[in-house]
Amino acid sequence: MQRPRPGAGTLYFARCIAKRQLAFRLNHDPEVIAILAYLARRLVILVLSLFVAAVVLFVLLRLLPGDPANALLGVGATDAQIAAARAQVGSDQPLPAQFVGFLGKLARFDLGESFVSKTPVLPEIGNRLSVTLPLTIGGFLLAISIAVPLGILAGVKANGRLGTTISVVSQLGIAIPVFWLGILLVAIFAVNLRIFPSGGFPLEGWRNFGTALLSLILPVVTVAIVIAASLLRYVRAATLDVLGSDYLRTARALGSGFTEALLRHGVRNGAVPVISILGIDLATSFLGAVVVEKVYALPGLGSMLLLAIGQRDYPDVQGVLFVSTLLVLVIGFAADLIQRLVDPRLRGQVHTS
Amino acid sequence: MTQFSVRGLLGALAGAALLTAAATPAVLAQDYNADATIHIGSLYEPQNLDNTAGAGQGINEAFNSNVYEALFQLTDAGSVVPQLADSFAVSDDGLTYTFKLKPGVTFHSGDKLTSADVKSSIERVTAENSKSSRKSSLKTIASVETPDDQTVVIKLSARSISLPYNLSYVWIVDHNAKDITSSEDGTGPYKLGEWRRGSALSLERFDGYWGTKPTNKEVVFSYFTDATAENNALLTGAVDIITSVQSPDSLAQFQNNPAYTVSNGQSTTKLVLAYNDRVAPFDNVKVRKAIARAINNKQLLQSIWGSYGSLIGSFVPPTDPWYEDLTGVDPYDPASAKQLLTEAGFPNGFTITLDTPNYDPHPVVAQFVQSELAKVGITVKINIITPNEWYTKIYQKHDFQVTLQEHVNHRDIVFYGNPDFYWGYNNPEVVKLIADSDKAKTTDEQTADLKKANEIISQDKASDWLYLYPQIVVASAKVSGYPVNGLNSQFFVYGIKKAQ
Repeated sequence: MQRPRPGAGTLYFARCIAKRQLAFRLNHDPEVIAILAYLARRLVILVLSLFVAAVVLFVLLRLLPGDPANALLGVGATDAQIAAARAQVGSDQPLPAQFVGFLGKLARFDLGESFVSKTPVLPEIGNRLSVTLPLTIGGFLLAISIAVPLGILAGVKANGRLGTTISVVSQLGIAIPVFWLGILLVAIFAVNLRIFPSGGFPLEGWRNFGTALLSLILPVVTVAIVIAASLLRYVRAATLDVLGSDYLRTARALGSGFTEALLRHGVRNGAVPVISILGIDLATSFLGAVVVEKVYALPGLGSMLLLAIGQRDYPDVQGVLFVSTLLVLVIGFAADLIQRLVDPRLRGQVHTS
Repeated sequence: MTQFSVRGLLGALAGAALLTAAATPAVLAQDYNADATIHIGSLYEPQNLDNTAGAGQGINEAFNSNVYEALFQLTDAGSVVPQLADSFAVSDDGLTYTFKLKPGVTFHSGDKLTSADVKSSIERVTAENSKSSRKSSLKTIASVETPDDQTVVIKLSARSISLPYNLSYVWIVDHNAKDITSSEDGTGPYKLGEWRRGSALSLERFDGYWGTKPTNKEVVFSYFTDATAENNALLTGAVDIITSVQSPDSLAQFQNNPAYTVSNGQSTTKLVLAYNDRVAPFDNVKVRKAIARAINNKQLLQSIWGSYGSLIGSFVPPTDPWYEDLTGVDPYDPASAKQLLTEAGFPNGFTITLDTPNYDPHPVVAQFVQSELAKVGITVKINIITPNEWYTKIYQKHDFQVTLQEHVNHRDIVFYGNPDFYWGYNNPEVVKLIADSDKAKTTDEQTADLKKANEIISQDKASDWLYLYPQIVVASAKVSGYPVNGLNSQFFVYGIKKAQ
């Protein structure tokens, strides 16, 4: 009979302990409990916000003059045809009845189908998101990669010529309307230089990967420039705060080099306010994509929303706004959570808040 | 022997002549790429694929005669010719039409075209729940019978000389087709390829087509909401043709540029300043005439379209057979406008609200009307509304004083024969003339009736017809064979050729 190797038993034992410790930590560690409680509370708020948003959406849409049935009709339609169209879309029903129907469907996450195109709303939103999400996320990541290094540089060299130049250029970026920037980029890079297409998205979507990617480059750059301009100012401000802080001075006094101190202590401290701004900026760029999509003739969520509002296509409008509200709320939720992971001091605040 | 060789020579000569004749198109045929993809830019995206369910004018543009065919076709030149009807006969009383269908026609699904398809297609438009704006024009159809597979008999309750014309709007759809809001089953030279909502739609050549094979392999309609983006697409070669230019300012970059062709076709789109003829002061002919004389249409047209577009003086465009130049009735004359207002009892003018659709060119036109009418003492308040609001407030509820609207259709003078129409023009003589015109035995009679009706509405100034839009197609010089008139928004693509 072979004796078990001594190491194996010890390893097994150690593993058991680690597992139990983790379980214990999950159940008893006040920090973990605090985070979980925070998560739960935020989830409740998220669901409540969604409900409130749904109600507001419903009411606001019905306040708009006009009728969704009109989109189905043309000049020349008779009274009987108009009545039939209204019955078909249900706009002849009293408002409370429409509202109950709407909530009932929403609870089952059934967004219905478009009055005009007859397509189910949810798959169509998914189709549109395949343009809007890459556009938003691409623009956002590019913006971060521009704004963070330049912002830190502008902060560090705040008194030099370089810092001033960066600040001035970023101010300019904030002042430029996004559609104008889009038109400008198209005029230069599409119409004159013929490097990128002036707009549109391939009919086959991402199956035609190269063309799809190429057609998103200018829009992504447009979104990125606008976000980067505003983000840069926050990064610069955060850097200036960190540079003037006591802990950085202390770190340097303890013999740390400037760059090392900035990277080790500065970035983590400075990141906290920037993350909440990032959350807001990501949400803004998602919504701002509406304008960019129009300039570049992209079949995204924005163009779907604009058309649907024009036609009073309630299921489409409600669907798009509901999904975007959900995304914006989730982004805010994620930003809050990341802030708490980055800065342990904030976790304590959950108890009191 | 000699004779034979002479005959042989003659025969050879004749053959050579024939060859030369045949060779001309053959040489041309090499000039274009028979398997080309044509890219077309348009501002009118169809909302679904069914022309009776609110798809918008874009579906006529993409599908009429391209994907779906009808018994008759309204050609780009404006004549009505048989398409899926091989021949037809009309009974002496004009109440029975017997159509023989073209033999050997198949749908894209492979089903054969039969009379049952024609019957179901007509009934789709005339059905109880149909939302087709053509429903009322087919209301004289009492029954559709199918004695055999190739024969359709339509019985009418009253004569209708425009039946073939009205049937050109009725797509012949396979009666087995399930859902034609998101798919199709027609008999046209193209079948639907891909469709990406909000972006584009492609048509692929249908190899089983019964008629002449299209001169290109694929056609992609790309849809734009922004005219600048559309122009950029043409400038960068992403599209070959723009179907209907709506931004006058952009034309400069294509004119005088050999790489592009600007075609100025026949238009049917009329810009109308419509009075609510039911309510004071517009129930007074003198007031309507005064307003028409107070507005300088020529200057308005020039400021918007430059040298394009034309003045009409009535609701009938030159492509309608009953067109007549009526610009001489109530021409621009502010002094006499002022006098007419005094005669009508408004020496100091009055205040009116002009309901204006929020898209171009209406807001600019409204401001022009406002400044012109101010000169004769009429104060205009501009109320901007969305098209959807327009439909509820004005079309349905008739709750307005004056409004602006573009009317795009061909042969739509018939609207003045309907006293319940939104503008509420009610002249029994016109109602009778328009009703009679459809019961006419000959087209000459019909034309005479409608000409008369048109003269009366012009004298009555039932509305003020500001101008006729131009119909401008801009295309790359590499393509040819596209339609330039686009009557009823149609855009036939089967003859478009693209250079190698």
